[in-house]
Amino acid sequence: MTEDRNKILHEVTQGEYKYGFVTDIEQDIIKKGLNEEVIRMISAKKKEPQWMLEFRLKAYLYWTTLKMPEWAHLKIPEIDYQDIIYYAAPKQQAKLNSLDEVDPELLKTFDKLGIPLDEQKHLTGVAVDAVMDSISVKTTFKETLAELGIIFCSFSEAILEHPDLVKQYMGSVVPYRDNYFAALNSAVFSDGSFVYIPKGVKCPMELSTYFRINAANTGQFERTLIIADEGAYVSYLEGCTAPMRDENQLHAAIVEIIVQADAEVKYSTVQNWYPGDKNGRGGIYNFVTKRGLCAGENSKISWTQVETGSAITWKYPSCILRGDNSSGEFYSVAVTNNHQQADTGTKMIHLGKNTKSTIVSKGISAGLSQNSYRGLVHVAKNADQARNFSQCDSLLLGDRCGAHTFPYIKVNNNSAIVEHEATTSRIGEDQIFYCNQRGIDTETAIGLIVNGYTKEVLNKLPMEFAVEAQKLLQISLEGSVG
Amino acid sequence: MLIIKNLRASIEGNEILKGINLEVKAGEVHAIMGPNGSGKSTLSAILAGRDLYQVTAGEVTFEGENLLDLPPEVRARKGIFLGFQYPVEIPGVSMVNFMRTAVNEVRKFRNLPDLSSSDFLKMMREKKALVEIDSGLTSRSVNEGFSGGEKKRNEIFQMAMLEPKLAILDETDSGLDIDALKTVAYGVNRLKTPQNAIIVITHYQRLLDYIVPDVIHVLYQGRIVKTGGKELAFELEEKGYDWIKEPNREIENE
Repeated sequence: MTEDRNKILHEVTQGEYKYGFVTDIEQDIIKKGLNEEVIRMISAKKKEPQWMLEFRLKAYLYWTTLKMPEWAHLKIPEIDYQDIIYYAAPKQQAKLNSLDEVDPELLKTFDKLGIPLDEQKHLTGVAVDAVMDSISVKTTFKETLAELGIIFCSFSEAILEHPDLVKQYMGSVVPYRDNYFAALNSAVFSDGSFVYIPKGVKCPMELSTYFRINAANTGQFERTLIIADEGAYVSYLEGCTAPMRDENQLHAAIVEIIVQADAEVKYSTVQNWYPGDKNGRGGIYNFVTKRGLCAGENSKISWTQVETGSAITWKYPSCILRGDNSSGEFYSVAVTNNHQQADTGTKMIHLGKNTKSTIVSKGISAGLSQNSYRGLVHVAKNADQARNFSQCDSLLLGDRCGAHTFPYIKVNNNSAIVEHEATTSRIGEDQIFYCNQRGIDTETAIGLIVNGYTKEVLNKLPMEFAVEAQKLLQISLEGSVG
Repeated sequence: MLIIKNLRASIEGNEILKGINLEVKAGEVHAIMGPNGSGKSTLSAILAGRDLYQVTAGEVTFEGENLLDLPPEVRARKGIFLGFQYPVEIPGVSMVNFMRTAVNEVRKFRNLPDLSSSDFLKMMREKKALVEIDSGLTSRSVNEGFSGGEKKRNEIFQMAMLEPKLAILDETDSGLDIDALKTVAYGVNRLKTPQNAIIVITHYQRLLDYIVPDVIHVLYQGRIVKTGGKELAFELEEKGYDWIKEPNREIENE
């Protein structure tokens, strides 16, 4: 019986990664390796002002004093940081005025990924910033948004055109000294998205960034900065894919969110970087620092993530609840299969009074994978009447994978109420058989059960994303049986 | 419809079924009775295709086709339904979603298009009325938090939805009070047609007061030791299973 199950589980590995193609496009690539010279070159290529270069160099110097963190429940093969290319860009004109100027190969790539960059064709009401390797390719609906005073552009453009905003907020939530990968990103980050929603403006459409790694041996280091001024609202989506390659590729990003009084930011991610093949060869190392600051009263940040890709994921989207009555939410589905490893969760730092946080984490492990939830709920001394509710569920498919939960709770105020619930379950053979007996094959049955299990999180995603995420979950677990 | 010849099956080396012979024709209701541990549930699980058991000898044909070669979902799509003794809870999966998936899988197998949402909901309403099931049950997750009686009624509801050719009801009466028993029996009787067949597996005679079988078989120690008309049930009720055991002592000594 165990053998049978193992056989079926073995088939898990047949799930195909459908974004594994490579775009053949002329690239502007620099030499492998990391040193001061490389950082100066990146900065020069982007025609950055002096202050930006100085920020990068400070971060680099600090990074050279650090060691890679080892506390995560991950087995990370040694990474040779001198064997990585830190800048690769599809060659194109410096500035694009219309879509006609974008290389047709690039347009094809994003079409294949289901991301049309042509605004006429784009009826779904989502504005897109498309980032390929180190640079932003195209941002749609920019003008429409500008009429409301909303800034939505690539990070490089923001440095040049909105330097005051960038200077004021960059590094204010995730300083370059925050951690190893944050320092590395701060030194070599290439591009990313920048969003500013002015006072009282509710962004009328979903903003979305689509990240694509294309070039080989390249690291992707993007940086996203979102600022919601008083009373503003925005819902932001992030998607990512990469070609199938035998070697591992490093992705170390930073996302910073600043939310002022009465404002709200919803940040949704569907992470589908290439997870490596069934033997654990290749795949993206996804080491990401995401953090939001609820700066003002009644502000709110909501993180929703569906993590199915990457060989290794190290990621803790967090909220600093500084404003009184502010609230933070974290809804997560993390799926690992084959040899994937994930160590993911959140930090909720309660500083203000009457601050609230909600954590709902759903881990699904299959194959030989290891899936860990790591979370911190911290109630500071002055955070009167803070309230947290955490729910951490793990679902196991098969008996060769692992699910782990590392919840940390640090409460320094007696009026706090902190609740933590956790469950671990398996998709039982009896559940599968019950479905089979009603005419439902095993694969469809697993899809039904997994969708049921993750519904609470998927419901938080914008409609279209939720449908995509549901499909993605099914593909990621194709053929797997418990 | 169903022909079982000399079926022998074991689990982890222990032989449970020691040569079962049984024929069920369309329009018939068969009851299989017997004391605990006689192999009743094993027989139903093997017919449904549970892979916990090894079939060591014999054959089973369903409408002329070798049933034992088919995976469980194909058996279900061909019209075999098992009413579970212990229906399984599937948290997070709504009854509506579950049933729609099941009904459409069966339709796909018969080359029929998927039912539209409105047609499906209409069908749910009709079948709920037919088997008199509380409509609240179908808005919940599959069997989650259902009482014993609710689970059994839900099985009958699913049977109504899937319109099987052969329904095997495994101890559907166990754990039911008399009212629940009547509801379940009422539902089963309404689903009986000249085209389908029902096998009722039960330990007690009382269910057979409400579902009247054409044939009763007594299963003991992995064999059918007695077959008769519905009067056999009364005999069992009166004398218990001991009188069956007496003349079969040689089986125990095997």
